[in-house]
Amino acid sequence: MILYMSCFVLFCIGLYGVMRKRNIIKIITGIIICEYAANLLFILIGYRMGGRAPILAHGTVIENMVDPLPQAVVLTTIVIGLATTIVLVTLAIRLYEKYGTFDITKIEELKG
Amino acid sequence: MMLVEKYLPLFVAIPLGGAFLISLLGWKKRGLPEWIGTLIPAGLFIYSLVTLWATTKHGIVVHHLGGWSPPVGILIGADGLTAFMLVIVHFVAACVALYATDYIKKYTSPWIFYVLFLIILAGMNGVLTTCDFFNLFVFMEIASLAACTLVAFGTERHELEAAFKYGVMNTMGALFILLGIALLYGYTSELNMADMANIIAAKGPGSKIVTMAGVFFLVGFGLKAALVPFHAWLPDAHPSAPAPISAILSGLIIKSLGIYALFRIFICVLGMTPLLSSIFLFMGALSMATGAIMAMGQTDFKRLLAYSSLSQVGYIVFGLALGTPLGILGGLFHLFNHSVGKSLLFLTAGSVEYATGTRKLNEMGGLSNKMPVTGTSSLAGAMSIGGIPPFGGFFSKLIIIFAAVQAGHIGYAIWAVGTGVLTLVYLMKAMKQAFRGALAERWQAVREVPMRMRLAMLILAFVCLTGGLLLIPQLKDLFLNQAAKVLIDGRMYSKIWGGF
Repeated sequence: MILYMSCFVLFCIGLYGVMRKRNIIKIITGIIICEYAANLLFILIGYRMGGRAPILAHGTVIENMVDPLPQAVVLTTIVIGLATTIVLVTLAIRLYEKYGTFDITKIEELKG
Repeated sequence: MMLVEKYLPLFVAIPLGGAFLISLLGWKKRGLPEWIGTLIPAGLFIYSLVTLWATTKHGIVVHHLGGWSPPVGILIGADGLTAFMLVIVHFVAACVALYATDYIKKYTSPWIFYVLFLIILAGMNGVLTTCDFFNLFVFMEIASLAACTLVAFGTERHELEAAFKYGVMNTMGALFILLGIALLYGYTSELNMADMANIIAAKGPGSKIVTMAGVFFLVGFGLKAALVPFHAWLPDAHPSAPAPISAILSGLIIKSLGIYALFRIFICVLGMTPLLSSIFLFMGALSMATGAIMAMGQTDFKRLLAYSSLSQVGYIVFGLALGTPLGILGGLFHLFNHSVGKSLLFLTAGSVEYATGTRKLNEMGGLSNKMPVTGTSSLAGAMSIGGIPPFGGFFSKLIIIFAAVQAGHIGYAIWAVGTGVLTLVYLMKAMKQAFRGALAERWQAVREVPMRMRLAMLILAFVCLTGGLLLIPQLKDLFLNQAAKVLIDGRMYSKIWGGF
């Protein structure tokens, strides 16, 4: 139970980074931390205590293996996370070219 | 039936293939991206009508992806609601693509625009047709990322800022949804939405995990649909994008990724409770008023329309959350009218920007004299959204207000009427400032936009005008009632799982 809860704590740390930090790069880091927390939770849900890798070979008996579905799912979310991070970092670079700063409070021209 | 079932994945495959083809050949073949980008939504529109016919006849169409049966395989299915959304998405997307053929020439490398446009289309179709929870997440991210890139398409200061905001907020929303999916998977050991609904119903209500997942979904999809506490990105992102993408964002994306997914999950999978319903009613009413009040003070034409979208989404959520057959019918009908009307308004705002180069309402004036088609179609859109008979928007708002009275929410009904009046005021104010009055000296040389842009706007304006005809009993049975039936009896969805 503590393990599951620690995932949510990690998620909240990431959320804090996204909401409170002023530096764009730190905001992106916060998002990455949130992503890891979600992935970790998914992997933990599929884990069985003392389980082994879910590989079916000749002569193996199917007993006490970890759930393979979350692992497949998390692989996909990692790739999606990569794409998101790339887009956000690209935007950060272009923002730096235009504004000359990473400070989010100075990049605030859209209001109202 | 068999054919529709067999070729259901084409809704995702064809736009993705088109995007691949354009990125392969489009940058050297002039005109090819425009052709592919317009013909694909138009062709899929016809196919979505066939799907609609099939779902009316058979109720539910299910395709087993790759021939694998569940529980191993992934299902792709269409019921009345999906077919309803597919028809709207492809109709608006086809008009927008036709409009974009001329509009996008003012940017460099239009082929990138069409690649991303088709990827958005594929993502939206994936969200609409999939029956698998994780697929829903993946397609949602595909559509959001492509949309985020398109918001930054002009790579100017404001566009980059808006795109960054949109990217961060939407990614956070998606991560909340992912947490919710993880919790539900732990609870049910299943990712298929229909089977998940069965298991949750069998385990009975009152589970803390389902409640927690529900909260995560509320935040996540609330961010995607821009319901009021989570709306901060919308008024920045929607005006900053190129006009065709603003139309897609406001008309389709917040509806298919936000409202459709929200109600598909809360009504069909988790099961609606009175508490949830009252939360949605409150958020809907809050969105209505916030959007309308904020729109009153805007001087930027597209920003005004973005706030108006916020307000109209509030109406849709309000209608659907009432839960009565009449309320759901009104909500879905308003979804249709708003998709068509708001896309049209964004396209006309784009036309004005194309012709004059400004979005400031107080710099315009008298443009109707020089741009009669834009002026007339813009008025049609404004009258439909503002709720003037005989335009479609009037009937849908009327139905929602009647449904609220019928359900005993008199206070909310008065609230909705008041917001409706505000809507009419700010839209007519914008129309007057932009198109009526004396023509300023500097706009003497303004010319009407090219032919294909005019054609797209006229088609949408015509549908705005005749939208009310969908309430004729024969058409209503075919189009609206099928979709409403799915949301009225949420348990019907689990039939997709059927006899496995």
